[in-house]
Amino acid sequence: MKVIVDQHKCVASGQCVLTAPEVFDQREEDGIVVLLTETPSAHLTDDVRQAATLCPAQAIWLAEQEEREDRE
Amino acid sequence: MSTISAPGTDVPPAEVPDYPMTRAAGRPFDPPPALHTLQAEAPISRVRLWDGTTPWLVTRYEDVRALLADPRISSDGTHPHYPHQSPATKERRRQSRTFITMDDPEHARLRRMVTAAFSIKHVEALRPAIQKIVDDLIDAMLAGPTPVDLVQAFALPVPSLVICALLGVPYADHDFFQTNSRILVRGTTTPQQARAATQLLLDYLDRLIGDKLVHPADDLLSTLAERVRDGGLSRREAANMGMLLLIAGHETTANMIALGTLALLQHPDQLARVSASDDPKPIASAVEELLRYLTIVHDGRRRVAREDIEIGGITIHAGEGVVLANDIGNRDPTAFPAPDRLDVDRDPRHHVAFGFGVHQCLGQPLARVELQVVYSTLYRRIPTLRPAVGLDRIPFKHDGTVYGVYELPVTW
Repeated sequence: MKVIVDQHKCVASGQCVLTAPEVFDQREEDGIVVLLTETPSAHLTDDVRQAATLCPAQAIWLAEQEEREDRE
Repeated sequence: MSTISAPGTDVPPAEVPDYPMTRAAGRPFDPPPALHTLQAEAPISRVRLWDGTTPWLVTRYEDVRALLADPRISSDGTHPHYPHQSPATKERRRQSRTFITMDDPEHARLRRMVTAAFSIKHVEALRPAIQKIVDDLIDAMLAGPTPVDLVQAFALPVPSLVICALLGVPYADHDFFQTNSRILVRGTTTPQQARAATQLLLDYLDRLIGDKLVHPADDLLSTLAERVRDGGLSRREAANMGMLLLIAGHETTANMIALGTLALLQHPDQLARVSASDDPKPIASAVEELLRYLTIVHDGRRRVAREDIEIGGITIHAGEGVVLANDIGNRDPTAFPAPDRLDVDRDPRHHVAFGFGVHQCLGQPLARVELQVVYSTLYRRIPTLRPAVGLDRIPFKHDGTVYGVYELPVTW
């Protein structure tokens, strides 16, 4: 799983930090998303997927999801 | 009516229901039954607003969420077909424009000036201070006579004290700003009353920002004053933003505290689950469920289509008003099984009580922490808390842009 964030789209809602604090943080100056790790360990997959779903600005993607869709 | 030229306004009047709709008698926590019917039978259909315009009403969860995040949808409150909530809301938005009714890049520029204060870390750091506010107010209630109005003694002071500290607004002025805020969120307010209340609040905020320019402190109004000094904001923009934060910071949370308490008192099995736990996780989950179940911002999110949008077999044309009904969206059985049941054990975090898309509530992390502290403390400290009057004697804010109770007499 590879996580991609778009800081330009981010609206600093903080949903990702509440959902997967091991993977996401917020910039001190404006609360915009900071990715702590691009490739979080497997046990965090569900949390990261939920963070992507909950992100109101749709600023989080999982590369793994696309691969899975390709396979199906 | 002749000035309204949006496509579709020639629909025969009789076929278009009025919006907002009325809740069923004795069902104060449930959205109007007519919204359930629309969701099942005509999930995207026209409704008639106070000014005779007939925007689209969207009632299914997936559609509400999709459109709130759709870049073809605009929040521009100056658009001639923007579906305003009431004549008073229209007047206030004309007089005091904020990022709520702007599109990017203007919206992002202004919003990002204040997002730091609402980051998870910053808000978590306020938790002990919020806990103290809640504990002190409960101490005062327990020391006083019963019955007491929970709204005045607790629900309104908690978020007012918190937002005052965050913004740097003197709490001593709470009667003034609460009274004028209340005028602005009441559905019966005339445009003249809205104009007067808006002006009073803007003058007040402008004066405070002027003070912060001279005596900066560690608060959000000082941050805005700093932007004024460096040319990033006009004095007027700063006052507009200060007023928005002050109103939004206390009205909404106050209603969630009082209405949430009443809802729990009416569902003793659910209340028992909340008050039995001092584990933060189930409390956080209960907060999300009450946000979903009550959806106090109950008159829909208002938008305008900027391009033609095909959705659910309907074409919403460019320039048409759209009302995204997040209250009934949060009761959509396809998104929330048995949606009309209050169930604090479900995981409803995907609810749209705070909206969705780039305009999703700025203050949501703060609201969450306030509600978590309140719900985990109030019923534990006053285990015999109960309404002092029957449900039929409690006045609900049916007319308000924010739903809740005007007063809640309680005893213990």
